[in-house]
Parts: sequence; C-alpha cells; structure tokens
Amino acid sequence: MNIGKILAVVLVLAAFAGGMIIGKGSQEDAAPVVVESAGSGATYSGGFTAKDNEFTLSGNSKSVAGPPMTDVVVVVKDGESIQQAVQNAEPGTTIQVMPGTYKETVFIDKDGIRLIGVIKGSERPVLDGEGELNDAILFSGNNIVVENFKITRYKGNGIMSQAGNNWEIRNNYIVDTGVYGIFPQLGQNGVVEHNVVSGIEDAAIYVGMSDNVHVAYNDVYDSVAGIEIENSRHAVVESNRTYNNTGGILAFITPGLPIKTTYDVIIRNNFVLSNNHVNFGAPGSTVAGIPAGTGILVMAADDVVIEGNIIKDNKNAGILVTDHSHAANVTIDPESEPNSDRVKILNNTMINNGYDAINEIKALMLTELKTGNPDIVSVGPSTDSCIINRQQYITVGLGGYGDCDFSNTATIGNYLLPPVPPREIKPGDKGKIAYLGICAGCHTYTGRMIGPPVQIIQALYMDNPQGIADYIANPIKKRDDYPEMPPQDYLDEETRLAVAEFMLGVKK
Amino acid sequence: MTVRALTLAASLLWVWAGVATAENEAFKLRDYCPPSFEESAAGTCELRTLYDFYDSVQGAGLGGTQTALPAHRDGFTPQQIDLGRYLFFDPVLSADGTVSCASCHNPDQGFSDSLPRSRGIGGQEVARAAPTLWNTAFLNKFFWDAHATTLEEQMVGPLFAPDEMGNSPEALLATLNNIPAYQALFQQAFPQRQGERIQLDEVYLSLAAFQTSLISLNSRYDRYAHGYHAALSEPEVEGLNIFRSFVARCAECHTPPLFTNQQVAVIGAPEPEGRPVDVGAQLTYDAPELKAGFKVPTLRNIAQTAPYMHSGRFANLHEVAEFYNGGRGHAVPKGLDLQLHWHISSPNLTDYELDRLVDFLGTLTDESLKPEVPKQLPSGLAPIDGEPQAGIVTTQKTSGDAS
Repeated sequence: MNIGKILAVVLVLAAFAGGMIIGKGSQEDAAPVVVESAGSGATYSGGFTAKDNEFTLSGNSKSVAGPPMTDVVVVVKDGESIQQAVQNAEPGTTIQVMPGTYKETVFIDKDGIRLIGVIKGSERPVLDGEGELNDAILFSGNNIVVENFKITRYKGNGIMSQAGNNWEIRNNYIVDTGVYGIFPQLGQNGVVEHNVVSGIEDAAIYVGMSDNVHVAYNDVYDSVAGIEIENSRHAVVESNRTYNNTGGILAFITPGLPIKTTYDVIIRNNFVLSNNHVNFGAPGSTVAGIPAGTGILVMAADDVVIEGNIIKDNKNAGILVTDHSHAANVTIDPESEPNSDRVKILNNTMINNGYDAINEIKALMLTELKTGNPDIVSVGPSTDSCIINRQQYITVGLGGYGDCDFSNTATIGNYLLPPVPPREIKPGDKGKIAYLGICAGCHTYTGRMIGPPVQIIQALYMDNPQGIADYIANPIKKRDDYPEMPPQDYLDEETRLAVAEFMLGVKK
Repeated sequence: MTVRALTLAASLLWVWAGVATAENEAFKLRDYCPPSFEESAAGTCELRTLYDFYDSVQGAGLGGTQTALPAHRDGFTPQQIDLGRYLFFDPVLSADGTVSCASCHNPDQGFSDSLPRSRGIGGQEVARAAPTLWNTAFLNKFFWDAHATTLEEQMVGPLFAPDEMGNSPEALLATLNNIPAYQALFQQAFPQRQGERIQLDEVYLSLAAFQTSLISLNSRYDRYAHGYHAALSEPEVEGLNIFRSFVARCAECHTPPLFTNQQVAVIGAPEPEGRPVDVGAQLTYDAPELKAGFKVPTLRNIAQTAPYMHSGRFANLHEVAEFYNGGRGHAVPKGLDLQLHWHISSPNLTDYELDRLVDFLGTLTDESLKPEVPKQLPSGLAPIDGEPQAGIVTTQKTSGDAS
C-alpha cells in the first residue's frame, strides 16, 4: 500500500468519526455554511436527560424552594437580631426583615427558612460586616430563600450555602464584600437571580460543586470573575450582564477538588462587556491566573454551549477555551480530565474583542497566519467541539472544531427540578438506624457496656415503648453501678418512639 | 428470680465454661456484629448511622450538616472483625514480637500514639506521624502521601517496613501457622476456606475488617448537625461558624461530615526544627506541583491525637490554628518553591477566633465505640496498646504457654 492511500483512508475515517469534520484549513476557504439564527435550525437536545427534566417553569421567576412550609411569619425590626429570629424559628418560618442596619452573621442550620428583606421606598435591610465579620449569610438547611438584602463590608462571603438543596437567592445587592459575593456550594437545585454584585476579589457569583443551577438576570461588575460555574453540572447561565471584571463568565474544572467534573452548562443571552479589570485575585487563587480582558472562559469543562451572548470590548479574547496544561495557576489532578471537550459555540454577537491579547494568543495567531483581533481562541485538545457560522468571527485554534448540527437551545428552559424531596425514611428504618447509630454505642443485648444490657431494658419496659421514649428524653440516674445516661432529646418525638419500639424487638 | 439474678447466674456460668474448656476454645470469635453494625441476612455486618437519612451531591459524601457520608467498606462477618481485633493488638505480627498495630494506633490515644513521629521495632523513629484509624472505612487514600488506595495495600507498609514492624510475609505466615490458637481462629473466621494453613490475604482481610469497624460519628457536633442545636455551647457554635466561614475556610478541605475531602493539599506546614523537607505526594504522583503535599486528614477525634501535622511539628491545636493564620507560605523555607493550595490564605483571625476554632474542634470527639482490648492473645504475648517495648526481644510463645 502506498502512502497516498494510507492518508486517504485516515482522512475518510476521521471524517466519519467526527461527523462533519472536514480537514483543517479547508473549512475557511470553501464557501461558508450559513446557519440561520436561533429559532430556525435544529435544537440542542441537551446533555441532561434525567426523567425529572420534564419540569420546566414558565416566566422569569423560578421557585425551587416550594411554597412556604407553614404560614408562620416573624418580623425583625431595626435594632433586633436576625440570627435570634432564625434560632427561635421552627422550620418553615418566613422571617421578614425590615429596613435598617444589621451588624451580624446569620447562619441557618434548619430547613425551610425564608429570609425576606422588606423594601420600603428605596430602603432595604442592610447587613454590614464593618470589615470585621466573616460571612453575612451562611446556610446548610434545605429550601432556603434569601431575598432583598444589601450586604456590604464582610471579610468572607456575602451569601454562602453548604450542602443545602432547593435554594433561592434573589434581588440582593452585594457590594465590596470579601471573597465571593454569592457562593452556593455542594447543593442541588438552586436559583441565583436578579442580584447586583460588585467589588469581589474572587468570583461575584460562584457556583461550586453543585448540580441543577440557574443563574439569571444578575448584574455583576468590578470583580475578578463575574460568574463562575465550577465543578458543577446542569447549569444555565442566562441573561446576565457582566462587565468590567477580569473575566466575565467562567465554566471551570478546578483540579484538586473532591468532585471532579463540570459538564452540561449553557451560557446564553448574556451581556459580556469590557471585562478588562486588572486582576486583583488573591495570590494562588485559580482566578488570579485569568488574563484580564477575557469575556467567556472555558477550562476543562465539557458540553458547554455558548449561544446568543453579546460579547463586546473584551481586550484579550471574547471566548477562550483551554485545557489545564495551558492555564496558569492550576495544580494537577490525576483524577480530573483536563480538556474542554464538546464545546458548542452557536451564534453570538461579538464586537471589538482581542485587541490587546496576551502574548501566548498573539503567538498562536502567528502560527496560523491569522491577522486581526481574536474573538474566539481555543488552546489544548478539545475533542468533538463544534461551532456554527465561524466565518463571522476571527478565530484561532479552532481547526479541529466541526460544524454543530443544531443552532439553538430553545427547548431547554432550565435545568431545575421540583424541590428535591428529603430521602424518604420508613418509620421502621428510623428506629433501627437511631438504635444502631446511637444506642448501640452504650448498650449491647446481653453484655455490660456503658449502659445496662438491652435484655434488662426489655424486661422492664416490655409493653411500654412510650416509657422508654419519655425516659431517654430526660433520663434520671437509676443505677449506682452505671453512669447517668445523657439526654437524647435531640431526637424528635417520633424518632424516640421508633427507637424505643425497635429496642424492644431486638433479639441479639 | 429477678432479671438481675438471672444475668448474674449466666455470667458465672460463662466464667466457669471459660476455665473448663481447652485453650483453643478459650478464643472463640464473637458471633455478633460490633455496635452500630447490623447483621445482614448473609451474616455480614453493615454499618448504620444517622447520616443514612441524607443524600449528597454526586454521592460524594461532602457538604454541610445534613449530608450523607462517602461510600464506605463494610460487609465483613462478626468473626472476621473479631479476629482482626486479636491480630491488631498482637505484637506477634512484628519481627521481634515487640510491636503491634496498636503500638502506634493506640485506642486510648485516638488510635495514634502521641508522638511527633512514630517508633517501630527497636525504638526506631519513622519519618511521619501515625494517623488516626477512626473512620478509615470511608477513606479511599491511605498514608500521608496518599500512596495506597486500600487498607490491604496500606497495611503491607508497616507490617514489612524494616523500621516499623520489620516482618516479612514468609516469617509472618510461619509464625501464625505455628500457633494452634490462631489456626483455630482463622478456621472460625473463614469456614469456607480450602486447606488449613493461614494465608496472607486472610490476615489482611481480618485487619481491614477490624479497622473498618472503628466508627466515630456520634460526637456533640453530630447531634448539632442532626438538628439538636443545644448540643454545642455558644462559643462552640461561634467556632463552627469560623470553621466554615470563607475567611478561615477550614471546611473547604476538612469538609463535613467526615471532616476531610480526601484530597492532597500543599499547605506549607513547617517540619520540626532540623528536619529536611518531606516532599510527600510529589513522589506518589510524580508531580512537582504536589511537592510537600499531604492527604487532608479527618478532624474527627482530632483533640485526642496531638501532636499535629505529618511530622508532628505542632504540640496542640492552638498552634495549628496559629499556623493557618500566620499568612500564606510564611513557614516555607527560603528557596523552596511550593505550589500552595489556593485556600491557604492570610485570614487574620483574632486570638479570640482562634480559641473558638479550638473549642469547636473539641466537639468532634466521640470514642463511644472504642473496641475492647483483648485480655489475652492467641500468641500468648501480652496485648500491646501503647509504647512499643523498645529493644526487648521476647521469644515467641504459642498459646499452649498462655497465662
């Protein structure tokens, strides 16, 4: 077989494997394939195919926290403590906060709390950290709503969550505050919308290690990163305005985090303007490596769709796609895949980007004999990525990109779910798990441990589980030869009775 | 007859039976699961905790208060777990019969040893500190430098390292197979086995079975997390909020509910005076970016395991907190180029806040499931759960000579 034939065979195989890929170079010489604007072509079917995705809300406002669990409303007035109200509140309480200045950290470790600022005229409640307090609002509960606050001068974050599901963070004005303005982390199903965030030394809005997130209608400026979707999946970032940040909108995998992937992110219909702020990120932070003037940055994330954005006056590049090895300031992580694969760039309006690109990009332009200012730059491997109407942009490094076979994401409203229900626990399991998780530490069936044997307890309370349930909530010292039992009143009444019933049925 | 009297009679009977039977019979493995484990239909022990009520993003077992735990190992039989307990405390596993697993992983010292760097046979000092064994069932990386991914891979390190237990696979098997009581116990733990000789993988499995039964998830913090907020005092709650705040950022790596995210982090902690820099995970991953990187340790029972860091530089938790507060890279030797973790910052916490952090760490103590140290061992040696008997070489005995 001669060499010509091998080459031909390889080319055919490559074209077959890549769907519509044609050899590098030839695409820009031939007459361009023109795909009409959104609405006419085929529609992206999305990477998220879970059955729950049938849930799509109409309108702009998204309710994932569900309606209030109770009709209890508590009002906090200027001079009172929001935290005190949270502490006193039962799950399901709506806490209305009147205009005034509140100098405190509010933490919510219970479910269903709706923290709603009351706006009167132009006045809204202000959380002021005075440059001394750490975070303004921090929650770990589920179904939490935080609305209508002004938050300023905190050292840490404005609003952060740790593992809460079904959150809504809406209509807040967060200015000159610490590291992240809004930082939901390790949760599922959340909305961040209609917030104004500025003057943040890392990301103004930072979605970290989360699933099913919607970030919309926010105004973010004067920060290092505008909106960052990091190690997260099923996120829509739409209709935000990001300007005068170092980088506008980011979809990242940060290596070294315990959740290793970012995929299925739609970035659409945003204004991404003049993100040329000098980088003032903390030394060593991932965002400190972002070149100033980067509109949209994709690093190692997969299945990112970029559609319908107005990307204007970003001096380094309009869109920069990179792998880990070409990025500054990132460590290595053998467990995370370093390339940005299956990036899909649809129609975007791009004006006057890349007029002061970093040297690495200029060098890349030279190697491809490109002139002008780059709108779209891709460095490092990027498998199965695609673009439509590439002739409308100045691009570099996109030789391997095929033509997308769709032009819009019109059928995907959002990736939100109905409020994620708490795991269903059968009453029997409740008793068993509490028994094994707690009681078994001090009681065995026959033997003496810290507490008396279960056999003896069974003999005493044979038909009286309620007696055990009452006793463990408020134990008294009964036996000289055993230490006094600590109260188990942290278990709710139902669990106490369930565990008592289970204990009476234990057989070994 | 009262219940109490019945029980008393039963225990007397048990004592009498113990005296009367042959030596091998004296070692009967438990036929019930350790506390917090439920016996399955298949006769194996499965862990149950209150965290079973929760879920977590991507099933990663990381998050906030009410988050599920990471995947864990269980499913061993009661007998395998109990055999592991005997092996764990038995110095016969070391080359000269002076060091047991419990020498460096002492249940009374948080399954560590209170030393900056552990000591093996002959009192030799090893390079790093002994990590706690609490909650190892949940780990997927072992050793400070993360070079093992299973307990079985991990344990061949100390068993056969010349400066730790100093044994060899051949000698270990020869020793165990020479002890009739162990032969009988292995038969109890592995009733389906072919042949009668003790195998290495049976030793490893038993030790793993015991170690994965060391569960600590019922601290005062846990009660708070499950919703009983009075479990923590006001200063402790303040400490919790500093711990998880984005100023201190402790929870970003020491993530609940396990208080580790099981990643490697380069934090730039100093070595003790005069010790060279330990490159840690750089060798494991062949990556200069991870020079001086170490696995993030769990903080459960952390108050029990001073001194702290991989080589024991810090005597107490306050010193540790001061280190993190001292400024990014302040303790890195001049000329050493480290790619420090992005969460290592300069938080400028006040002394008051550092004290509260230490208060909070104290709420992570739960030793309610501390296992019982065997009163006697199949080898006839005294159980060791403390300082190794440095330099004393004892002749190994068989159970025939016991007590």
